[in-house]
Amino acid sequence: MTKTINLTLKVWRQQSATIKGGFETYHASNISTDMSFLEMLDVVNEQLTLDCREPIAFDHDCREGICGQCGSVINGRPHGPEKGTTLCQLHMRHFNDGDTIAIEPFRAKAFKVLKDLVVDRSALDKIIQAGGYVSVNTGGTPDANAIPVPKEIAEKAMDAAACIGCGACVASCPNASAMLFVGAKVSQLALLPQGKPEAARRVTFMVQTMDELGFGNCSNERECEAECPKEISITNIARMNREFFKAGLFSSTR
Amino acid sequence: MNWFVSMLGSSIGKKLMMAITGLSFCGFLVAHLAGNLFIYGGRDAFNSYADHLHSLGPLVNLAEIGLLTLALIHILTGATLFYENLRARPDRYSVNKSAGGRTIGSATMPYSGFFLLFFVIFHLFNFHFVDKTHLTIFDIVSKAFSNPIYVIFYILAMIIAGLHVSHGLWSAFQTLGANHPKYMPIIMMVSLVFSLIVGIGFGFLPVYISLIA
Repeated sequence: MTKTINLTLKVWRQQSATIKGGFETYHASNISTDMSFLEMLDVVNEQLTLDCREPIAFDHDCREGICGQCGSVINGRPHGPEKGTTLCQLHMRHFNDGDTIAIEPFRAKAFKVLKDLVVDRSALDKIIQAGGYVSVNTGGTPDANAIPVPKEIAEKAMDAAACIGCGACVASCPNASAMLFVGAKVSQLALLPQGKPEAARRVTFMVQTMDELGFGNCSNERECEAECPKEISITNIARMNREFFKAGLFSSTR
Repeated sequence: MNWFVSMLGSSIGKKLMMAITGLSFCGFLVAHLAGNLFIYGGRDAFNSYADHLHSLGPLVNLAEIGLLTLALIHILTGATLFYENLRARPDRYSVNKSAGGRTIGSATMPYSGFFLLFFVIFHLFNFHFVDKTHLTIFDIVSKAFSNPIYVIFYILAMIIAGLHVSHGLWSAFQTLGANHPKYMPIIMMVSLVFSLIVGIGFGFLPVYISLIA
């Protein structure tokens, strides 16, 4: 038989980006522990709609932990208390009957709250845009093994590419820094031969854009690494730093 | 040189300056502690070490100017980073919880840093900018540490210095890009041991001096 729990939710409600928000308390009753966190919010929203009240706005899309859309701060932890888990994949069995759960949006100067728990993370897209393109030659199809890539390097690049761009690194960083995100995006291309031709300008412009958008500075607190739902390592930040120094000192990019 | 200034002015550039100046101070701490160990050799040994050091003349002045420059870079960059990082999150969370990444050292970096700045100024006025025409350095030191308040304050300051270094040392390597699966565990271990050496090594000196005074 399915276990059900009752919860008290303290949810950040904010009508729009310009109107000041605040916490409101809701009761979530008879929540199945097999539900995901977002399904629990769906149940609360259904009741709010029936009561003719404004439902809680939150971001979500695939609900499979791969799109990077969802994410709120649950009791001080982006994506909740489970390691390597997105909010949509967090199940209610990790909570106890009678718990009070505080739900807040990701907070950073670069992430404006649009409504309730929905934040504008287009700053991350701007960093990606600043990174520019990768050159792919046209012509006849090359052999798959024409460019040898050692398995270890391919795996490291894949680990970096696992970043879903959810912004939990920024949300968890005590300084609201986006270094883990940018580190992962720089690394996934810098590691591979396909990313080498534009490596210098990519890292230079991505870091420059990151700074302009008002993200904080990394102080190696390692909260991002501990909180990342895809468990991206801070070795990617070290790699970005190396790429940045290399580009700054030895390339003609300025 | 415009590109160089903008590189150092970037977030990673500022980290680089913190790392290089910080590592230099770690080097200074080693030299300072090695010199201070002469205290265990007694009054004459310590005084003769001080005399030898000062007989280097212009080299000492050069080192002082170098340290002052490093200190200015470290303090000004650190203060800028602290201010920028506060501004990067204007609305704070109502619930704050660590995922286990932070340590006491990392979470208190700016505060321990500001404390150490005041400590260093205090320390210089204690033992550096003093009239040494009638008293030897050993007498000045042993007179100061006959006061238990000084002993407690210095021990506290050295614990904070150890805390600052415990995060700073490995963090400098990470910033420089030296994060390697083979060497990072060693760097972390060295950081911990070094912070203990700083804390205990310097921290025990006032206790020893107050005991023999």
